[in-house]
Amino acid sequence: MSAPSEPAAGKAVGARPPLRVLNPLRETGRLFALGWTVVRLTFRRPFQVREFVEQFWFIASVTILPAMLVTIPFGAVIALQVGSLIQQFGAQSFTGGASVLVLVQQASPLIVSLLISGVAGSAICADLGARTIREELEAMEVMGVSPVQRLVVPRVLAVMSVGLLLNGLVSVVGTLGGYFFAVIVQHGTPGAYLASFSALAQLSDLLIGELKAVLFGFIAGVVAAHRGLNPKGGPKGVGDAVNQSVVFTFLILFFVNMVLTALYLQLVPAKGL
Amino acid sequence: MGIDVVVEGLTKAFGRQTIWQDVTLTLPAGEISVMLGPSGTGKTVFLKAIVGLLRPDRGRVLVDGVDMANSREKDIYEARKLFGLLFQDGALFGSMSLFDNIAFPLREHTRKKESEIRRIVMERMEVVGLAGAERKLPGEISGGMRKRAGLARALVLDPQIILCDEPDSGLDPVRTSYLSQLLIDINTQLDATMLIVTHNIDIATTVPDNMGMLFCRELVAFGPREVLLTSEEPVVEQFLNGRRAGPIGMSEEKDRATIAEEASHGLVVGPPTRRTLAPQLKPTPGLPARRAVQRRRARVRELLDELPPAARAAVEADLRDTAEAYTANGADTLVRTRPLHTYEGGGPA
Repeated sequence: MSAPSEPAAGKAVGARPPLRVLNPLRETGRLFALGWTVVRLTFRRPFQVREFVEQFWFIASVTILPAMLVTIPFGAVIALQVGSLIQQFGAQSFTGGASVLVLVQQASPLIVSLLISGVAGSAICADLGARTIREELEAMEVMGVSPVQRLVVPRVLAVMSVGLLLNGLVSVVGTLGGYFFAVIVQHGTPGAYLASFSALAQLSDLLIGELKAVLFGFIAGVVAAHRGLNPKGGPKGVGDAVNQSVVFTFLILFFVNMVLTALYLQLVPAKGL
Repeated sequence: MGIDVVVEGLTKAFGRQTIWQDVTLTLPAGEISVMLGPSGTGKTVFLKAIVGLLRPDRGRVLVDGVDMANSREKDIYEARKLFGLLFQDGALFGSMSLFDNIAFPLREHTRKKESEIRRIVMERMEVVGLAGAERKLPGEISGGMRKRAGLARALVLDPQIILCDEPDSGLDPVRTSYLSQLLIDINTQLDATMLIVTHNIDIATTVPDNMGMLFCRELVAFGPREVLLTSEEPVVEQFLNGRRAGPIGMSEEKDRATIAEEASHGLVVGPPTRRTLAPQLKPTPGLPARRAVQRRRARVRELLDELPPAARAAVEADLRDTAEAYTANGADTLVRTRPLHTYEGGGPA
């Protein structure tokens, strides 16, 4: 994977140096190149099972608890907010439905994306960045081992699978939290909650959520790896790279989420009452 | 036997800054070459260009028919398996023990059983004097040990080409001498082509068969060790003697003002100091003779007419010594070279 790791240099000595204005485009190009390489190398033997399992375990262990702790209050806020608003229309019985629409479709992929980019992405970026400045990755390349295949592919796949499973967890915990606040705290009826839940929810809501989570995992993994593989000089460069990786991932994920939501709402008809 | 590394017209620039240009040289198969150069002349960049870690702007590096600069990534990765590269601080994987570090290339590239990997790794650790440290993490050992572990890792696949980036930096003089001996022994055992990048004069004078020097964005010279060691070229001469007087300044080349100012302090370039040619290290007794020595003699004999007079005299003296060693060898056990009749081909001159 020489394309993203080599510094920008003029093609020939004495030729015009590359335009600085185009740097963002160049970076974007490299990011996509890395993404494509990751996809390509995913299918190249040997697959790094051990690295994958270790990374999966690591990412899962650092994201599960924060995910639940973020989701419970989030579910509560939605339940309380929607509950108090909907009460004014006299339609408390629909809190369950509202909860599922917001949580399963929107909130859980977003919570997953925040955790994945903030927790998993930053860890991956810092790890790869530190290895890059210590020349470990170059050493690996010299030994004829592609760092992308050996390190990046298992990490990206691990983030994607953790994202997939985490999304399920967040949906369940969020719904339970919503149930608790709607039924116990706000004295709604359990029957109404469940009825409106199953009236509005459809399987594709969960599927789009899972699809988003997987895609977010891929994007977060690739962006973190890209920043980690190209830190700009020294330990401070690694710190900056981690910072940028988290910010970029947030921006990209929120944008992708918007596009996917718009597409989903257009393509899949909402379930009528 | 090692393989040739042919470098043709290599040029590298970072942005507008040219690092070196038009470097053309051939690392002869199985021989040890040293690349000298003041700090910051792009010696490390040169090494990285040879293994294809950095893409040069012009020129090519031919290794076993593969151009390390412009070939397809797949071919370059394949060709890299011929290389062993020792990085400046070892570049060990911080999260793995020394054993796992050294076993890494074996596990990645061979289908050897764990017991066999263990045997090879232990053997290599023995060679570099690290036996017993295999459970340690790179963070827990000294810089010298890290360097030796890096060397063991570079050697584990029996590379045809070994590149060492400043093997002496951070080592004391004693360890440096041991390392010099180790490099010679490794060359004896593997018969690999070696390139050592350094600015250590002791290594430069006693280890290599060939020497080159990078200065001021150019390859100043490259040739048999005698050529540089007897050279009267101001840059080479100044560098080998470690003097301040001469064209090399604190940062790259001195300008006229600096030279004038130094002259006013009495710092002027005198006539070149005559250096006695330090003998090249011999393999540790018990090892067979270096096969490269004989090949190099044959090669240098061909070049003899093109060499400058001083270098020519040194080479001829070397060839004469060999003849004497050969005749004396029957009785005199003090001569440490193994009997020369074990060399394949050509007798003594």
